[in-house]
Amino acid sequence: MNNIDRRDFLKLAGLGGVVFASGLGLKTLAAGSDSSKANGVAEFSFVQLSDTHWGFDGPSINPDSQGTLKKAIVAVNGLDQQPDFVVFTGDLTHITENGKQRRDRMSEFRDIAGGLKAKTIHFMAGEHDASLDRGDAYQEFFGKLNYTFDHKGVHFVVLDNVSDPAAVIGEAQLNWLQTDLKKLKDDAPIVVLTHRPLFDLYPQWDWTTKDGSAAIGILTPYKNVTVFYGHIHQEHHHMTGHIAHHAAKSLMFPLPAPGSVPKRAPLPWDAAAPYKGLGFRDVEARRADYKIKEQPVLKS
Amino acid sequence: MNMIVSMIIVALIGIVTNNSVGESGRAVDKTIQIAAKKFEFTPGEITAKKGEPVVLEIKSEDVNHGFSLPDFGVRGDVKSGSVLRLSFTPNKTGQFTFTCDVFCGSGHEDMAGTLNVTE
Repeated sequence: MNNIDRRDFLKLAGLGGVVFASGLGLKTLAAGSDSSKANGVAEFSFVQLSDTHWGFDGPSINPDSQGTLKKAIVAVNGLDQQPDFVVFTGDLTHITENGKQRRDRMSEFRDIAGGLKAKTIHFMAGEHDASLDRGDAYQEFFGKLNYTFDHKGVHFVVLDNVSDPAAVIGEAQLNWLQTDLKKLKDDAPIVVLTHRPLFDLYPQWDWTTKDGSAAIGILTPYKNVTVFYGHIHQEHHHMTGHIAHHAAKSLMFPLPAPGSVPKRAPLPWDAAAPYKGLGFRDVEARRADYKIKEQPVLKS
Repeated sequence: MNMIVSMIIVALIGIVTNNSVGESGRAVDKTIQIAAKKFEFTPGEITAKKGEPVVLEIKSEDVNHGFSLPDFGVRGDVKSGSVLRLSFTPNKTGQFTFTCDVFCGSGHEDMAGTLNVTE
């Protein structure tokens, strides 16, 4: 297993703030290189938003908890090039043990997300949304917990590793994944969208998926696989063999780097640098190459 | 009846006398009892010695929980109302985090404790 931190990543890419990633590893794309045309796959972009935790209330952590998501949506709508679609990689809402309040939060969140100019939105659940009722409320508002879709030659797979409170994908879903992938050639571009890391990022903070290695085992025979996920509230890049895993920032509060402090707790709001550590990313896709650009909540 | 009472007393002595010598002359593993309840382990800090076997007895006092001590590859499900027993021998010293890894409610992410392993 290769560990590649952000510094190595940016060094490899030769740029700050922009990461080039590939299902075949990490590489710098030469300007004008155009393997996509040869493969008949069009270029496109999508935006990843994550861990919006709608309903969270903690003024010392985020005094603009009611406004951050809305500002991020304004920022997405203001991108020079509008994405083909938007993905929300889980924890749309903040946990509540009250079923009515959970549904209220999901309803409000859905209304706010409806303000995106991009009209194709793919949702997925986080444990805050789905672990207490096995995804019942989530499915009422956002549909299936695991599904696939295809876009301009790329096969997207949404994996649910949260609705089982034990944080597993489960045998049935793993079988579903295996069956789904069988129809693809081994060089097909595949993107996996999920909430928790599929690898053991830091199990001491429960930053793992217990049977994630089984999913990685199913994905590994395919040459062009990239995973985008959330859960850890920070940008993070990691390789398991040739599979790249990219974690996104949160839109409510950042968390410390894995193992950097004794306790996993939200980082406090920095009044001198509002929204620091928060943001979203836009991803330019070209075949199995992904140019990832981290975006702030507010443009400076 | 007396025999049953005697057996219970012997068992209790085995639990209370951590790492003592049992009736058979064989060393008795140190047993640590932990209560799991939304959203804390009690005690939240436990101690063991490197190289000495430990038995953790974890009881859920409410809903399903998990117990995960990844630095020693130790984990199990703590079912509601039942006791989970986990045995292991610490092979390194230091402070190690154990967590609940079965989502148990709004404070789940704070449910953690520390194992101190000394020489």
